[in-house]
Amino acid sequence: MALELEMSLAKPATASNEVRPADAALSVHGLTKRFGERVAYEDVSFDVGCGEIFGFLGPNGAGKTSTVRTLGTLIAPTSGSATVAGVPLTPENGETIRHRVAIMPETPGLYLRLSVEENLSCFADLYEVDDPADRIEHALRAVGLADRAKDACGSLSKGLRQCTALARALLSDPELLFLDEPTSGLDPAAARDVHDLIRELRRRGTTIFLTTHRLAEAEQLCDRVAILNRTLRTIGPPEELRDRMFAHTLVVRVRRPLSSPGPTFSSLPSVDAWQEDACGSYLLTVSDPDVAAPATTRALVAAGADVMSISESQHSLEDVYLEFVDTDKEVERS
Amino acid sequence: MTISKRRVGAIFRKELHEYRRNGNIIYAMLVLPLVFLIQPVVQVFTLSASASSGLRHEHSLLYLLAIPALVPAALAAYSLVGERLQGTLEPVLSTPVRREELMIGKALAAFVPAVVVSYFVFGLFVAIVELFAQPGIAPALVQGPELIAQVVFTPLLAIWSIWVGMAVSARTRDPRTAAQLSILVSLPTVAITSLLALGVIPAILPVAAGFGAGVLVLDRLGLRMATAIFDRERLVTSAK
Repeated sequence: MALELEMSLAKPATASNEVRPADAALSVHGLTKRFGERVAYEDVSFDVGCGEIFGFLGPNGAGKTSTVRTLGTLIAPTSGSATVAGVPLTPENGETIRHRVAIMPETPGLYLRLSVEENLSCFADLYEVDDPADRIEHALRAVGLADRAKDACGSLSKGLRQCTALARALLSDPELLFLDEPTSGLDPAAARDVHDLIRELRRRGTTIFLTTHRLAEAEQLCDRVAILNRTLRTIGPPEELRDRMFAHTLVVRVRRPLSSPGPTFSSLPSVDAWQEDACGSYLLTVSDPDVAAPATTRALVAAGADVMSISESQHSLEDVYLEFVDTDKEVERS
Repeated sequence: MTISKRRVGAIFRKELHEYRRNGNIIYAMLVLPLVFLIQPVVQVFTLSASASSGLRHEHSLLYLLAIPALVPAALAAYSLVGERLQGTLEPVLSTPVRREELMIGKALAAFVPAVVVSYFVFGLFVAIVELFAQPGIAPALVQGPELIAQVVFTPLLAIWSIWVGMAVSARTRDPRTAAQLSILVSLPTVAITSLLALGVIPAILPVAAGFGAGVLVLDRLGLRMATAIFDRERLVTSAK
């Protein structure tokens, strides 16, 4: 996929947990949306820095799409406040905000009887972009669809429709881009192309608000993620969330089980606890793997063990996500 | 409030592109007017030359005003609910387009083909009468005031019918329900034109002026009514 968007370069992304209000592309305070008695999301607060890729995760029905629709001025919040692309979220500012942001919904929502070019032309006029033909050409090149411009959208594959919707979202050169499940239904190669495009957009200064179910995608792309399950459960860089939730663990494998593992592991520096996992396999909870791993190796060699491997067990963002979601399910059940 | 002609034009062109490529819409737009043409044409062919004196007191041409009252209603009724079902409405509502611009763009796209079809069918009827009717029938049937009424009332009735259709479309969840409801709401205007055609209501200038003024007021109120009913949140979430 060619990445030829010609947009203004802006500030690089921030990866810090805290975003200074002046740097925020999006600032949300105590936002709540109710549909009658039903709570879509409640008391949600976070900031997204300019040029940041912010992941918004949560199970189905968690309120992700409702949050995006609220911030995109499609629906009104029940309470709370927000500033979107520097503009306060009020009914009077709807048009101004919609000029500065773009939303790519989960379903592409293309006019299937119209060609790719006709679809984009309509939206270029709705955004009143200057030199629409040039913008359409750039957007199509960015998503690798320049040669399909005259094709009817109905004749495109699901992946190409998704790319067309992405090109449509890029037409207005938005300051803040909301992507709702942008790789949903795409094959791995097409998903990789979309990931490359997202990275390129970030490099050029576009702030990206990404809702996704693909946790590996969020881990790979996002500077920070938030997990929403009607209320905001946690927020931070993926690696920090992992460290916050899970202790470091070393997995030790030896050829034969140790005759007395207790004395071998208990006295080691940085090793807080240990347990036998399987025959000849031990899990060590450690505070500092860099200290614990060499010390463990020396202790095992001194004890006459044949060391097969010592590795650090990696927790993924998926583990963090499931921890929160499963806890919420248990709370609901009880 | 400033209306962006470019955004209105974008919606208008998009709608026309869609109509052009959707055979069902074209058939629906043509079939209904042709059905309305059958009865007057049959009547004309069965009339003898001696019937012309009686015809001078009838206003059969006004019967064709049902076309602009009904054809755009069906188009307008589909405009919002149809897009919502296709999932194309949310991306449009995410753009800076104002509800008035969206409504006017869609209304124009229903208005232009409806008026063109109405005038075409009316012209066709007049041509058939002039070419094939018995001597004396054509001058008795095609009278100046009725021609003027047809030309003036066609756009007025179409506009009212469009606002009604769009208001219904903004509030319903199913295109068929929307089409039926908007046609139902357009029936009173059809009833009035039919009563004028049948001579039950006298087709005289004061009545025509009063009827015209009434429809004009309704047309002006129609945009306000339709935009007031238009609710971005409701259209996106389908919330009651």
